[in-house]
Amino acid sequence: MKQAFPILAVLTAFFLVYAFYQALWVAPTDALQGDVYRIIYYHVPSAWTAFLLFFINFIASVQYLANAKPSTARAARWIVIAIGTVGFFASFVPQVRQQLPTGMYPSSVATTFLIITGLYFVIGKYFGGQDLGGFSAFILAVNTSGAMSPFMPRVMRRFFTKVFGAYGAADGQDLDVLAVTTAEVGVVFCTIVLVTGPIWARPVWGIWWAPGDIRLTSTLVLWLIYVSYLVLRRFSDSAQTQKLAAVLAVFGALDVPLVYFSIWFFRTQHPQPVIGGGGSMDPRMLHVLLISWMAFLSFAFLVCWSRYRLEKLRREVEEAEALESLMETSATFSAGKVPFSQGSK
Amino acid sequence: MRSFWSIALATLTKDIRLEWRSKDALNAMLFFSLLVVVIFVFSFDPLAEESRHIVGGLVWVAFLFAAVVALNQTWARELRNQVLDAYRVSPAPANALFLAKAVGNFILVSLLEALMAPLFVIFYNLRVLGPAWQLIPVALLGTWALVVNGTFFAAMSLRTRSRELMLPLLLFPVSIPAVLGMVAGTTNILTGENPAHFYIVLLLTYDVVFTTACLALFETVLQAE
Amino acid sequence: MNSIKFLYAAYIATWLIHGLYLGSLVRRYGRLRQQMKDLGKGK
Repeated sequence: MKQAFPILAVLTAFFLVYAFYQALWVAPTDALQGDVYRIIYYHVPSAWTAFLLFFINFIASVQYLANAKPSTARAARWIVIAIGTVGFFASFVPQVRQQLPTGMYPSSVATTFLIITGLYFVIGKYFGGQDLGGFSAFILAVNTSGAMSPFMPRVMRRFFTKVFGAYGAADGQDLDVLAVTTAEVGVVFCTIVLVTGPIWARPVWGIWWAPGDIRLTSTLVLWLIYVSYLVLRRFSDSAQTQKLAAVLAVFGALDVPLVYFSIWFFRTQHPQPVIGGGGSMDPRMLHVLLISWMAFLSFAFLVCWSRYRLEKLRREVEEAEALESLMETSATFSAGKVPFSQGSK
Repeated sequence: MRSFWSIALATLTKDIRLEWRSKDALNAMLFFSLLVVVIFVFSFDPLAEESRHIVGGLVWVAFLFAAVVALNQTWARELRNQVLDAYRVSPAPANALFLAKAVGNFILVSLLEALMAPLFVIFYNLRVLGPAWQLIPVALLGTWALVVNGTFFAAMSLRTRSRELMLPLLLFPVSIPAVLGMVAGTTNILTGENPAHFYIVLLLTYDVVFTTACLALFETVLQAE
Repeated sequence: MNSIKFLYAAYIATWLIHGLYLGSLVRRYGRLRQQMKDLGKGK
């Protein structure tokens, strides 16, 4: 897999250049805003990427906490399945359909719920390091026993093991590394959103910041929450830092909808300058926007991958260093000396 | 094994009794709250016409500072005497301790608010133009919102460097919707321009969501060492 | 036409921030490699 990285990096670079070209030359000039609007080709994809990364962090944190005990892990899985199913069917129910903001199709809401559930299980599989229980244990038993071998070609057996077996470190470390990675990279992208947002607003609407701008303010709060998450990780000396950080991520996730609604209502009482012009987007602009998003997603993927490897390596080195100083200490003891008596490293 | 509520009550009364015997911390906090009000009076001219619109914000920022000072010393006593370790090994439910601490902080912060509010009324010549009784649910729910999360994050900050800095760092981002609710609600009641119902409901929702979250997750935080 | 400067500013800011982050990653990798070398030498 490591060989894939340079190739992917080059491909991503080309993709980003292509998106850049599309954003600046291919996309049509906006009738009202002129060429400045092209900022959105960096601003909006960064926002979507940041939200996706933070969402993955939330899922990883929940799994990290739930996987502490098999009973809670199982309960969490069933709750996620329930949320997915209920959300999927609910988005088609007429009463719920009316509540949806204009332009949002019920099918996309339904798909989002399915993706949420799918994401939970995919992350659990590749990073959870725990057996999925029940069905997978059955499949595994069938495969290893060879009982079905006349009927199940080897390739299928390997497929089932791959699909239903589990990877990842057994104690959920990988989940935690994923959490740190997505939090950090998410903060980077979120910073870009908060920087490019006002830069866009100033020439177009004359103000740097509107207090009732619900999207930008919610993004600000999300940024604050995750910066505090990273600070907690850095400043905490506890052995349970990872659990505490996961708890903070859950609190943050609970907070975001409340932020959204509080600002939304605040806006209805305090008329704000009209921002974010309504109406649908020119399809060519949407097309370029999606290209730009794909390019930034692949870029984000590569950055996350690097950060992930860095973190795993760092932890291994830490363990090795701890082990070494432990051995030094015991060696000093057996030599009859007191360790650390002369100002050690 | 005693029940959840008797444990919580016992811890609460112990805290109150201890605090009452040596009123040092309490007096210092009261004086600090007074200072905050005075600083605000000098920074934001009370005679300005706009003052009625911003007083809601001023009052709650002042309350927030006082609350942080109170919250920072929540666990100090427990830490000094290794009470936390004793609690960890005891069969008592962790959230009984949490509830006792939260309620204790609530009482303390309410006391500070009760001191500061009249001062604001005097210095800023406040008259309530809207339904004044609505100030009570706003104050109660708002204070509880700050206190419940504050007590929780204070526990989380225990094993960090710069403990006193960590608490506001963690508390403020998460409290933003509650602060918006408190300030907007108070402003609406003071100016009488808009109804404050939504904000009261918002604060209630916030309180319910986060009280549940804190009670559910406190065990995890307590076990961290 | 002054508004076009904002477009440049936004794009430059984006890549500046990405560049800073990637730079910090590279620096951390370098430090790790140094630590691994020290471990290998059996300090």
